[in-house]
Amino acid sequence: MIQTRRESAMKFVFAGCAAMSVLCVALICWFLFPNAIPAILKIGPAEFFFSADWAPEQNRFGILAMIAGSLCLALGAVVLGVPIGVLCAVFLVYYCPAKLYKPFSFAISLLAGIPSIVYGFFGLTVLVPLIQKCFGTVSGKGILCSSILLAMMILPTIVSLSESALRKTDPAIYDASRALGASHDRTVFYVCLPAAVSGIRSAVVLGIGRAIGETMAVIMVAGNAAIFPSSLLSPVRTLTTGIVLEMSYATGLHRQALIALGAVLFVIILVMNLYFSSRKRKEMC
Amino acid sequence: MENLRPSVPVRRIFKADPESLRCRLPGGWNTARESKESHSSRTIEKDRQGKFLRVLTWSGAGFGFLIMASMVIYILVTGLPALQTSLFSWTYTTDNVSMMPAIINTLITVVLTLAVSLPAGVGAAVYLEEYAPRQSRFVALVSLTAETLSGIPSIVFGLFGMLLFVYQMNLGLSLLSGILTLSVLILPLILRTSQEALRAVPDTMREASYALGAGRLRTVFRVLLPQAANGIFSGILLASGRIIGESAALIYTAGTLAEPAFNLMSPGATLSVHMYKLLNEGLFMSQAAAVSVVLLLLCVAMNLGQFLIRSRMMKGKN
Repeated sequence: MIQTRRESAMKFVFAGCAAMSVLCVALICWFLFPNAIPAILKIGPAEFFFSADWAPEQNRFGILAMIAGSLCLALGAVVLGVPIGVLCAVFLVYYCPAKLYKPFSFAISLLAGIPSIVYGFFGLTVLVPLIQKCFGTVSGKGILCSSILLAMMILPTIVSLSESALRKTDPAIYDASRALGASHDRTVFYVCLPAAVSGIRSAVVLGIGRAIGETMAVIMVAGNAAIFPSSLLSPVRTLTTGIVLEMSYATGLHRQALIALGAVLFVIILVMNLYFSSRKRKEMC
Repeated sequence: MENLRPSVPVRRIFKADPESLRCRLPGGWNTARESKESHSSRTIEKDRQGKFLRVLTWSGAGFGFLIMASMVIYILVTGLPALQTSLFSWTYTTDNVSMMPAIINTLITVVLTLAVSLPAGVGAAVYLEEYAPRQSRFVALVSLTAETLSGIPSIVFGLFGMLLFVYQMNLGLSLLSGILTLSVLILPLILRTSQEALRAVPDTMREASYALGAGRLRTVFRVLLPQAANGIFSGILLASGRIIGESAALIYTAGTLAEPAFNLMSPGATLSVHMYKLLNEGLFMSQAAAVSVVLLLLCVAMNLGQFLIRSRMMKGKN
């Protein structure tokens, strides 16, 4: 009798643990949105989303420049990072000599574990001077620099997810293609890679999510001016860095507007994650 | 099945190629070099595109590797000479910018965050894997929210922690607020790794345990969790790496004060936050390099641990 009571009690305890993650998401929504939505309404949704004029001391809160900044950096990171990442994955699966595989994959997982602030340090002390020298600009901080840094940061995500997508392809299609007379290289690029393309697409989506959410590395190298980006070298401020830069002294509506920034970020990531998980579910079926 | 259809015209793929006579050997992908003589004797044109693709792959992978290696080497080269004993003195002053308080805070944070998050995460994994019916709505909801949590940017966690722990619960800017925020942040990570670890335990173990008369609870604690310990431990290492590297979620919850926060209610900076502060001030670049080396070495240690565990598990399987 005591035995069964303990069993069922523990079942409830475990279920409670499982409910924690639901509770956390609910709490995050509960604390972000009641602060964010009134602020957006007070500023006016049209001005908040479609004005690029961010001047908190004059009560003007338009976040378009920051949204554009985040998107530019994500795009730049994808353009630079995805080709190299996919090539690395192809290399790991189809070309890598057995002896090289372990060090290479260890290096990739190490790259994923390096803290973003260390990336920021690398960007600040290596990439920024490099761009200054190459392009002759005054500061060197800006879209190009942050995109390169973000491309480095999303590389491990792209590589590991693309690798598992490639490994999941049916080995029979490789054999079939070889049996029909195609070479190894052509089979890999024309048969195996197209077969894995949906997995690679989800890798890209996840990489974009990481690039948009990245804060501490970007803050070091982005230049942080809240203006609409005009060239590859112009400084940008993203949604994430906008929060960190001003939260320490913000009060009143300004503070609420920053929380609204966080809420916008949350919604963007949420939509991308839902897309990602719906794709995964579709693939499973 | 649709995958089987090639997406380019067959003519383009299947160019006559002597290489195709080779086959996939059990030892792996056979990329042995072909003998030059046998080629030249045949009148088949060389496959330039195939060669181009091969070179492209090797150079792409080489480039990726080079970038990574250059970053690690740069950090080691600039940081190792900057490691001085004054950086490890017990008290922080504006002259020595000691990182010792930050190291102590980091240790406290790692231990306590895991203490909060590990039972919850492992418990949730046990429920999802061992108790809940496979197709239930609750399981779907939990895994959806866990996925969502793992995708949320750390700065949003920072905002959330600031609103809930610092202001609503009145904990103030303190290490405790930071610890609670981070426990939410690593919860999905612990959950996922423990779930995978439990899934890897063969069903025969469960059946054997039940057949011997053990209840569900005893099976979980005496059979499954010990079996899954390796996987869970590798999850702990992963989570510790995440905690050590986290800075955006901590700035507005745990603060940036460079003092050891022994009583938890006072603010304290971890190593990453300390480094952010040094970089932001811009006066202590060599000291920042030293901190980055320490952070890098910690990460290498965590990764190496995971790697060893994983290869040991692989060996155990074979």
